[in-house]
Amino acid sequence: MSVDKDTVRRIAKLARVAMDDAQVAEMEAELNAVLAWVEQLSVVDCENVPPMTSVVEQRLTTREDAVTDGGYADDLMKNAPQSEGHFFVVPKVVE
Amino acid sequence: MALPSDPTRFTLAEARDAIRRKAISARELAASHVEAITVGRRLNAFITETPDHALSAADASDDRIARGEARALEGLPLAIKDLFCTKGVRTTAGSRFLENFIPTYESTVTRNLWNAGAVLLGKTNLDEFAMGSSNESSYFGPAINPWRARGSNNDLVPGGSSGGSAASVAAHLALAATGTDTGGSIRQPAAMTGTVGLKPTYGRCSRWGIVAYASSLDQAGPMTRTVKDAAILLNAMASYDAMDSTSVDVPVPDYEAGLEAGVKGLRVGIPKEYRVDGAPREIDALWAKGAEWLKSQGADIVEVSLPHTKHALAAYYIVAPAEASSNLARYDGLRYGRRTEHAGDLLELYERSRAEGFGREVLRRIMIGTYVLSAGYYDAYYLRAQKVRTLIARDFAQAFTQCDVLLAPATPCAAFGLGEKTADPVSMYLNDVFTVPLNLAGLPGISVPAGLSGDGLPLGLQIIGKAFDEATVLKAGRAIEVAADFTAKPQAWWRTP
Repeated sequence: MSVDKDTVRRIAKLARVAMDDAQVAEMEAELNAVLAWVEQLSVVDCENVPPMTSVVEQRLTTREDAVTDGGYADDLMKNAPQSEGHFFVVPKVVE
Repeated sequence: MALPSDPTRFTLAEARDAIRRKAISARELAASHVEAITVGRRLNAFITETPDHALSAADASDDRIARGEARALEGLPLAIKDLFCTKGVRTTAGSRFLENFIPTYESTVTRNLWNAGAVLLGKTNLDEFAMGSSNESSYFGPAINPWRARGSNNDLVPGGSSGGSAASVAAHLALAATGTDTGGSIRQPAAMTGTVGLKPTYGRCSRWGIVAYASSLDQAGPMTRTVKDAAILLNAMASYDAMDSTSVDVPVPDYEAGLEAGVKGLRVGIPKEYRVDGAPREIDALWAKGAEWLKSQGADIVEVSLPHTKHALAAYYIVAPAEASSNLARYDGLRYGRRTEHAGDLLELYERSRAEGFGREVLRRIMIGTYVLSAGYYDAYYLRAQKVRTLIARDFAQAFTQCDVLLAPATPCAAFGLGEKTADPVSMYLNDVFTVPLNLAGLPGISVPAGLSGDGLPLGLQIIGKAFDEATVLKAGRAIEVAADFTAKPQAWWRTP
């Protein structure tokens, strides 16, 4: 499978990355090189092979459904590029 | 044994023992490394230096030592890969996006180290978001390998992504360092800088507070100058952590205690598929020598087969970008990190902040990951790659019915020149051919310096173990270390003004 410029633009949109025409052209070539290379997996016989869902055998631990942490509003805001009090400021979304 | 007069020549173990018997103070140890870092800036090994913090932490250690309360790593200065969140100390992940990010919390691994008394020297350079095999994708410029080819003045890459950690340990700017390994990012730079790098079993060290790249593959580990130092550092880094749901609650053995047990009767598998076409002959020769070394110390050498090895890299370059594209979706320009000044609406704010903040390799992986996870392609790429991953894990499980550890090369080549492989992503990806399969299967592996290339550059051998059997990996790594007697050091060209 290979991608064309329109596909690259669609993927960039999905990934929320602004890309100009020159970058789209570059990315098209680079993605196609990588996709052509990973294409080799199509020769592997994966019939009846389950996909890996857990790297090491383990049962996920559970804990009581209770509030055990929190109260860091000040900390959470510390790295915000733009904020007011405990709110992140975003461009106007609703007219 | 007499100690070196320059404290930066100590191993981690020597420094620990010297501190305990008060032959040196933590202050002296920290000050000598702070000085070495200043003189070694040409290597660009650190993104952020923390000399004041190091000296005051060392003073606090000296107070504890005076009170007889020294802990496992009391007063030992370490370098930390700039992927571990450190409270109050800038953590960039090598990215422009996080250029000014100052975490308000501490990663579990680094908290374990500080609780053991270790001292932070600074945060080391790395490929952006740990995506790379040469440290060249760092927004802060590449770290430089302390080693140079014989008779050459050209700069070489230190490998990646933990290139700054590897360079700082190789150049004696730190006693030891932390790294993270998603596809080889500890072992490959260790091999290229003549140092020891250990990737523990997935789940051995907590991932909490480590900037995420590919969550089912990422694992933190030690980078040191000796196998014993790796054992000491791993003991301090590893812990069960309820904050990481994939952290595994198994006991952490005393790795240092079992180190010298020897390899008599140990079954060492030689995976025949690791003989790759076009690999330099010196890599094969070193590998054969490694098998001889272990055999002469009483190990049994058996040939084993890992039939799906040749597909590991392709599976990795689907799984890792897929997980990366998902993990990096959090960088929205709103809550932390870079925010563009050129956005009209919210969508533009996302798109431009990300375009400005991410470098080319990161964007490429986000794009690949988004593509392979997008509607209509998920089954063909991601699901198939996860199935191949099952096959690779089964290969290892099968091999481990015949042997206790595997012996393999660490890298297909020695360190290469800056810019030599950046034009072709696939040729860069091939660097990880011997390291990636372990990450896919979650297994532990160590790279130990074992010899020099024809150009006088270090080469590493890799020991691969069963899940949670780091003790045997270290023991076999130690046997390689003893036999190789690797004493070569890079010439300290970076000290010349």
